[in-house]
Amino acid sequence: MSHLSRRQFLAGATATAAAVTIAAPRVHAQKKGGTIRFIPHADLKVLDPIATTAYITRNHAYMIYDTLFGTDANLAIKPQMVEKFGSSSKGMKWSFTLRDGLKFHDGQAVAAEDAVESLKRWSKRDPLGRLLAAHTAKLAAVDKRTFTLDLAEPFGLVLDALGKPSSNVPFIMPARIAATSENEPIKETIGSGPFRFVKDEWQPGNQVVYVKNPDYRPRGEKPSGSTGGKVVSVDRVVWRYIPDHATANAALAAGEVDWWENPPLDFVPKIEADAALATFITDPRGTQGWIRPNHRHPPFNNKKARQALLYIVDQAKYLKAAIGVEKYYRTCPALFTCGGPYESAAGAPGKPDLARAKALVKESGYDGRPVVVLDPSDIALTHGAALVTRELLTQIGFNVDLQAMDWSSVVARRAKKEPPAQGGWNMLFTWWIASDVINPAVHAGISGAGDGAWFGWPESGRIEELKIQWARATDRAKQKQLAEEIQKVAYDEVMYVPFGQWVLPTAHRKAVRGVLQFPAPLFWNVSIA
Amino acid sequence: MLREILRRLVATIPVMGVVAIAVFALLHVTPGDPAVIIAGDYATAEDIARIRTKLGLDQPFVTQVGIWLGRIVRGDLGASIYSGLPVTTLIKQRAEATISLTLLAMLISILVGVPIGVLAAWRRGSWLDRGVMVFAVSGFSMPTFWLGFLLVYVFAISAHWLPVQGFQSIERGLWPFLRHLILPAVTLSVVYMALIARMTRASMLGVLDEDYIRTAFAKGLAPRRVLVRHALKNASLPVVTIIGIGFALLIGGAVVTESVFALPGLGRLTVDAIVRRDYPVIQGVILLVSAVYVLLNLVVDLLYVVLDPRIKY
Repeated sequence: MSHLSRRQFLAGATATAAAVTIAAPRVHAQKKGGTIRFIPHADLKVLDPIATTAYITRNHAYMIYDTLFGTDANLAIKPQMVEKFGSSSKGMKWSFTLRDGLKFHDGQAVAAEDAVESLKRWSKRDPLGRLLAAHTAKLAAVDKRTFTLDLAEPFGLVLDALGKPSSNVPFIMPARIAATSENEPIKETIGSGPFRFVKDEWQPGNQVVYVKNPDYRPRGEKPSGSTGGKVVSVDRVVWRYIPDHATANAALAAGEVDWWENPPLDFVPKIEADAALATFITDPRGTQGWIRPNHRHPPFNNKKARQALLYIVDQAKYLKAAIGVEKYYRTCPALFTCGGPYESAAGAPGKPDLARAKALVKESGYDGRPVVVLDPSDIALTHGAALVTRELLTQIGFNVDLQAMDWSSVVARRAKKEPPAQGGWNMLFTWWIASDVINPAVHAGISGAGDGAWFGWPESGRIEELKIQWARATDRAKQKQLAEEIQKVAYDEVMYVPFGQWVLPTAHRKAVRGVLQFPAPLFWNVSIA
Repeated sequence: MLREILRRLVATIPVMGVVAIAVFALLHVTPGDPAVIIAGDYATAEDIARIRTKLGLDQPFVTQVGIWLGRIVRGDLGASIYSGLPVTTLIKQRAEATISLTLLAMLISILVGVPIGVLAAWRRGSWLDRGVMVFAVSGFSMPTFWLGFLLVYVFAISAHWLPVQGFQSIERGLWPFLRHLILPAVTLSVVYMALIARMTRASMLGVLDEDYIRTAFAKGLAPRRVLVRHALKNASLPVVTIIGIGFALLIGGAVVTESVFALPGLGRLTVDAIVRRDYPVIQGVILLVSAVYVLLNLVVDLLYVVLDPRIKY
């Protein structure tokens, strides 16, 4: 079977990134002013980045809020709102001092108290935040610009948590807003970020408008990811939500919009052939696809039945069905993604082996009951994966009940813990961007917390134990070794089966310059000719 | 007459009540739970239960209906579960695009459909008549989205005469407003144009055989005067009925057109709300559309009186 090798994939992604880097000077020679018209991947409906993990809300929050730390293009954590920071007593006591002159959009100065309250609210919702809070003895403001964090137990991920790039990101809001219960959505959208949200012009389902924040004081460094100088060159950014892909494509080609966040891959060849347009990989680490069995109910409450799944999945076949365009996907056995710091093939099955899978199904004592597979038929990539899986499951002896439904129904159905015959399920398909599965602390799929784990509810004391050890390790080599161990156990327990990794290009008119690499679209450093 | 209008207006109240309860019931038996969607990926069962309580979804069905009807009586359609914006605000944001699109589409349908229907009937059996019938059959058969993309390709992408998508309020000028509406309105109007043309032709054929038409021609009146003043006026009742029904169908048809042309209208608002199970928005919009439909029927009934003095209420 012909498929893109890992080396080719990385070479391609690097070449694409390099080409754009060369073509688009970073911070100089930018035209000032103008409006960027942008088609986001989804409609912005929820404004609170702590209340939801939705990527569209995260992207909105990157416009209007700032963060204490950011993640650069090489995944290094660097200070953003923080001017200086340090730790003592073997990393048990931390001190952070904010940059001078930071202001919220209502004109109030950003104070240490705002950071403390924001972190407290975030740490009640976000898994990594909860982990940090569980290891924290005291988090408090010392003066107007300084706050301290005293750990109760060693925790090797303090900066990783504060600079977390994806949902939920610890964005900093005024203390009075951050004091809102984590279970209630915030009522005001006041940040200290490089753009201001124009609430009067917000039309859910149609448009979101941002204007440049004239009071924003960017750092002096070159921008990289969410770190460095957030220099805004445009006056206004308008997000126009255009759900129909053909219309979005026509609007981009006609110059009615400047930038389309996520064109489907079948539109990309046409975009690439247009001399006025360019494509760019904003997140070279991409996205990982999952087949998630439900560990609560037969047949996948049996380890052997789950292990059978490992031997049916030929990632190349899945990716061909789900993604289609070879240069954008790659096979990858690493649960913490290929291209990430914990990339490893430890514990991964070898080649697909249907005979072995069949034998495992038999050994599991499968009794022929229907296996309910949720098929989100309105999402092409998971629908493709579901169809391939049905064929393979049937071949190894499962009696498959493929249930087609829209994504909203899947989201509601996957939360049901009842047996499949009473409205529950046995298997679902989903995908996560690399930033959300890049290490054991943020990876929703690798949790053995049973009822407290992500849908599918695997139970594994060993995984939980290893994750705590990993979080407490302060040595990178030790963390890598533990991450490998976690991956081995996760494969053995079959927490989920990855069906590959892919990248999605963004498309913009060539007049748009300075687009940065990051999992979210960033609008600083971007100018329009 | 006034008494009849009042009677009909009062009669809309139970009709709207039935519609409201039916919509509410249908939504609540549809799979999907907004609490689960809002709760997100890391929610516990307690989180979901808390959201359900906050939204009132844990209440018995009858209680939920009662609370909702009570709010409607006070003029409060509630707020979107997701954005928190009042449903009335969301409807106001979207109403202009849908009303403009519907009115312009109906205007085009009538201005084209009625004359070609009259001409086809007058020249029954001629090439003109056959041409109109071919157009009518094609108009019925053409999928709206396909015609929309075809028009976009020809007039927006190839010729660059008109924009691909979007909407401009009339407050920003008549020409920007019309420029953005022409393609969607033409797209939406074709089916109704065909429907009106066919109905006008059929109705006119019945009238043109009447004695008084023959008499009018015998008196030496100009054909235009006979067709418009005598024949069309008498043939207009079924046409007016079909226009009334057409308005209601246009509101439904606007969903596809609004999606193809990315118009921020009520159709898209409804579809987005259905996808996310945003119950207050779905209920609010459907209730509004139902009210418009009931009122349109009333207007059509009143027009009968104007067009045919024999009809009395």
